[in-house]
Amino acid sequence: MARFSPANLERAKELLTHYPRPKSATIPMCHLAQEQDGYLTEDAMGQIAELVGCSNAEVYGTATFYEMFKFHPVGTYVVGVCTNIACLLVGGEELLDHASDSLGIRPGATTADGLFTLEEMECLAACTEAPCLQVNYRYENKVTFEGFDRLVADLRAGKRTDIPRHGTLGAVRQSIPADRRAGVKAI
Amino acid sequence: MPAPTKMISTRWDQADGHTLDGYLRTGGYEALRKALAMAPDAVVDEVKAANLAGRGGAGFPCGTKWGFLPKDVFPRYLVVNGDESEPGTYKDRILLERDPHQLIEGVLIASWAIKAEQAFIYIRGEMPHAHERMAAALNEAYAAGYIGKNICGTDWSMDIVLHWGAGAYIVGEETALIESLEGNRGMPRLKPPFFPASKGLYMQPTVVNNVETLANLPWIISNGAVAFTSFGNEKNTGTRLFTVSGHVKNPGVFEVEFGTTTFRELFYDFCGGIREDRRVKAFIPGGGSAPWFFEEDLDTPLDAGAVGAKGSMLGSGAIVVMDETTDMVKAAWRIVKFFAKESCGKCSPCREGTNWMEKIYRRILDGEGRPEDVNLLLDVADNISPGLTWPPKQTTICPLGPSAAAGALVSSIRRFPAEYEHYIVHGRPVDGLSIGVYRPSLTPAS
Repeated sequence: MARFSPANLERAKELLTHYPRPKSATIPMCHLAQEQDGYLTEDAMGQIAELVGCSNAEVYGTATFYEMFKFHPVGTYVVGVCTNIACLLVGGEELLDHASDSLGIRPGATTADGLFTLEEMECLAACTEAPCLQVNYRYENKVTFEGFDRLVADLRAGKRTDIPRHGTLGAVRQSIPADRRAGVKAI
Repeated sequence: MPAPTKMISTRWDQADGHTLDGYLRTGGYEALRKALAMAPDAVVDEVKAANLAGRGGAGFPCGTKWGFLPKDVFPRYLVVNGDESEPGTYKDRILLERDPHQLIEGVLIASWAIKAEQAFIYIRGEMPHAHERMAAALNEAYAAGYIGKNICGTDWSMDIVLHWGAGAYIVGEETALIESLEGNRGMPRLKPPFFPASKGLYMQPTVVNNVETLANLPWIISNGAVAFTSFGNEKNTGTRLFTVSGHVKNPGVFEVEFGTTTFRELFYDFCGGIREDRRVKAFIPGGGSAPWFFEEDLDTPLDAGAVGAKGSMLGSGAIVVMDETTDMVKAAWRIVKFFAKESCGKCSPCREGTNWMEKIYRRILDGEGRPEDVNLLLDVADNISPGLTWPPKQTTICPLGPSAAAGALVSSIRRFPAEYEHYIVHGRPVDGLSIGVYRPSLTPAS
């Protein structure tokens, strides 16, 4: 894998038509590739470069600017614990420490079974729900140590079907009528 | 006790408020029909008369911003800034998740006013639920004829594209947002020579407006500028969403009349007071970028001018409260660390300065602080923002680095020099003060 599957190639080509200029589809296409493979591969970035009409280096340059894109395999579940000021004040660091002990890894690392990657996050815009974390960018609010352990146990047991594997975008996508796409109109 | 005023948060508790049915049942898209019966310039005049200030942080008047567009240059674009990432801010995400059609209607009204035929809604990547809600709402609105060809049976057509961010605080700066939307690294553009209004997205005239700003437009068009200005005070019209977090008993997001309520009322009446009935030691009045306020500032009204006159800003309405047990050195470090991590690296003073400031802080927190470290911090900060005043002077293209320098760092050093000294002499915080976990070699910025 790594290049787009036939179905995803169709979606990628549609993304191109959403924008007046194809390069604007770079970030959405990187998300699509990450959804397919769990991380962003060099092959995928090469194919995106072909599709948007720029060099591989330009796609790599863009993608590496953004924290959500991963360039090596990560866990099925990326657990991001916020320690920014609002969470710090009510136990964000303690929660990160607990997560680290509980999973047996430092922030930035992945468990040996490939299930969890732990990350220290910046403000996640859930400050009134502090301390908060995200699993694959899905929120868990006011997380206690016990709540964290339960979350991990449920994820291991496959009970959290509401949290898809890393890279998965929203279940609902925008669908623009074919004659209303900016890239089509421009031609 | 002042009561919350619901103008843009009316559907937050409505179970189907995010659906087209729920929106139409509560008066949705009536304002659009009314706007489409007005001349575009009349809509601009109404928004100017409403004196709607931008809600993203800078507070620039929305109508004036629209007025900078050069005449007769097309195509022109509207870009919605939904990259909410300012530490402590949590309002745009609720607007996106719980009332997406209100934003869409605001986008349509703004597009009609400025004659844009293409709009982009840029939503922060870490918010997939907001994306889902917005995508579903856009699909419904397209199918019902509110977006696309011949909107509401008129001969006006326009389109809205939902765009994903991918994690970068700086993209909230409008020219960085435009760069990102063009598929590039999200680094701010040098301005002058060109401002987005004249040369923005694809070097065409562009307006970038915040989510909350646009969410106000349906109310303004439905009820008129005169009614809108009856809320708030003379210079701060309408309502604002304020997020209160940190050491209050009941943190929350509150919509209140702009310019009237005080911080004290917000903390004690709306949020139930400070945890364990402690005293307020410091609070951030307008997001991680803002200089801090202290106990004596509690009676300041939530008024942009009043907060500005006291040397800070209301910014994005993000208020973080710290009680008397808070370690101010560590709190300031965490904010500086944020900016060090999020610096895009384009301008040397910020790229180097924020990272060196964070390293010096870490040395102090690790118990290795040197007597000259406080002056060293101020010296590095002064190289990013000469004079360390507020609003900050910039040696950089955008205000990120200057916020790191002239915000939390300077506030905490000027107010609590003894806490810094104690750390440097004893290698630990003043007895009784703490936050978070204390261990050597705290996680570095990157």
